[in-house]
Amino acid sequence: MKILVCISNVPDTTTKIKLTADQSAVDLANVQWIINPWDELALTRALELKETSGGKIEKVTVMTVGTQSAEPTMRKALAIGADDAIRVNAEPQDAYFTAQQIAHALKDEHYDIILCGIESSDYNGSAMGNMLSEFMELPAVSSVSNIEIDGDQVKVNREIPGGYEVVEPELPFVAVVQKGIAKEPRIPSMRGIMMARRKPLKVVEPAEAEALTEFVRYEPPKPKAACKMVDADNVEELVELLHNEAKII
Amino acid sequence: MSVLIYTENFDGKFKKANFEIVSYGAEIAQQLGTDAIALSIGNVADDELKQLGTYGATKVLSFNDERFATLDNQAYATAIARATEHTGANVVIFSNSNTSKAVAPRVSVKLKAGMVFGVTGLPKNLDPFTVPKKVFHGKAFADVVIKSPVKIISLAQNSFGVTEHPSEAVIETFAADIDDSTFKTKVISVEKATGKVLLTDAEIIVSGGRGMKGPENWKPLEELAEILGAATACSRPVSDEGWRPHSEHVGQTGKIVAPNLYIALGISGAIQHLAGVSSSKVIVAVNTDPEAPVFQAADYGIIGDVQKVLPKLNEAFRKFKAEN
Ligand SMILES: Cc1cc2nc3c(=O)[nH]c(=O)nc-3n(C[C@H](O)[C@H](O)[C@H](O)COP(=O)(O)OP(=O)(O)OC[C@H]3O[C@@H](n4cnc5c(N)ncnc54)[C@H](O)[C@@H]3O)c2cc1C
Ligand SMILES: Nc1ncnc2c1ncn2[C@@H]1O[C@H](COP(=O)(O)O)[C@@H](O)[C@H]1O
Repeated sequence: MKILVCISNVPDTTTKIKLTADQSAVDLANVQWIINPWDELALTRALELKETSGGKIEKVTVMTVGTQSAEPTMRKALAIGADDAIRVNAEPQDAYFTAQQIAHALKDEHYDIILCGIESSDYNGSAMGNMLSEFMELPAVSSVSNIEIDGDQVKVNREIPGGYEVVEPELPFVAVVQKGIAKEPRIPSMRGIMMARRKPLKVVEPAEAEALTEFVRYEPPKPKAACKMVDADNVEELVELLHNEAKII
Repeated sequence: MSVLIYTENFDGKFKKANFEIVSYGAEIAQQLGTDAIALSIGNVADDELKQLGTYGATKVLSFNDERFATLDNQAYATAIARATEHTGANVVIFSNSNTSKAVAPRVSVKLKAGMVFGVTGLPKNLDPFTVPKKVFHGKAFADVVIKSPVKIISLAQNSFGVTEHPSEAVIETFAADIDDSTFKTKVISVEKATGKVLLTDAEIIVSGGRGMKGPENWKPLEELAEILGAATACSRPVSDEGWRPHSEHVGQTGKIVAPNLYIALGISGAIQHLAGVSSSKVIVAVNTDPEAPVFQAADYGIIGDVQKVLPKLNEAFRKFKAEN
């Protein structure tokens, strides 16, 4: 079996977001780039599965659609333990565009399990994984909080309100993962970093594809009114404010 | 032309989030001079379907097929795409539930319809069709243009509200004719708690952080939740330490919630925590540290020790509840 993990290259989640003067874009100069946190957890789970599979999982590949600037992030994924990497050399425009690029690049490849995250932490699109499954005409399971390999079957937990379902998809399939998929993301070891330099990172040229959405303008969040302080010895005032001022109780 | 709204049911019932997207869809339909049509998949009684009319749906398509009792992304997406074609809808609206995340992107590809997830208000412009959404977990807002003839949007919960319309909905059965071979996932078991207020449905959430000091101190917090009919939540380190179950973890890597009232007890207000709660209508914070970042996000604050403040809050809220 082979596993593919789709990785979105995003600004570090603690980045202060600045806009360009004309507000037509986010100013990404001097930003620290990271593996999208969900994708990092997906990769961690893929590696755990490989290690405990007794050789059944031959390979974990990471894939991104991104320009040359995404390479350090892919090297980090290789340092964490992925066997090889593929980069489609294009600036991602929207999920519809990205999914077409990945589907095209995988035309002649076979992966049994394709992992995507529930959302990219930059544009919060929540779309790519399920769009990819549709372009590839594969089954998909979303809200996946665990994956187990059981003989020739794969079983996943899907979160539902108040609990979860165990789902068995036909293979190959796309799993869109969320909280629970792995405990802590793995960090690269010194040895991993050394080895990553020599691991294959294939660059493929993009296909003709279009985007259906476009971000045209940005605004900073509206400034919030200052927090009203209530004395700890007079909590009745809080109850009163919530009732008469905020009108929510 | 029409606006199609996919209203997901939960064991045959609709929730507030469904009424909100119908209200929202009805408003967009009015702007476009067309009808708001709701689509229901599954076994829902007519009385329940009729309710959607109260929020502005003029027609409800009811598709009841027992193979749809559990979610199969492909089958659901095929049914919704067929309903879109059947109604000639040019705007398709979803809630932002897990089911929507599983299905809407597939509908988007099937219909070559641009999709924007987590829209925070009415379209700013109908031509080009432009909608607002949060990006970077609320650190900025963006206007997004959807360029395709059919547009798919999901509405972030509590960003429009529920509005009643004095209309009656016509209920129409719909048959999507889905082939058995479409179903490629099988649910083999279900684990589900019943009777608890679900975090994602709760109007009020009482949440504890590391400032609670240990799992043994949660009694008064649970008491407050009970007095207010609230759900309980926690910060990530609290669930990581095993003080509370993982299902209670809110934030960027946990659940995203949008209650009317979020009470943060002993939570510092880290950016990743706030990412999951900043859509709450009102935030109350109790913290010993006046410099804690949570006070930047809160509407009301108390500087104090949770162990001392909580019993007083419980008394005051209990008194209020008894009198109101
Ligand atoms: C990629 C990433 C994702 C993350 N995702 C999440 C997430 O989804 N959700 C999340 O919550 N965190 C998340 N975190 C962690 C986050 O950065 C913070 O570490 C975490 O939210 C802190 O939790 P806390 O406020 O409970 O604890 P602390 O930061 O330790 O704060 C405890 C607070 O309690 C106060 N306090 C102490 N004693 C008392 C007392 N007796 N009475 C009242 N107040 C008291 C202190 O002043 C302090 O402000 C994430 C981090 C990363 C890097
Ligand atoms: N440019 C990209 N290259 C590869 N995978 C991506 C890319 N963008 C998004 N993804 C994958 O799709 C998931 C959801 O992303 P999004 O739809 O952008 O919120 C991410 O967690 C990644 O797994």
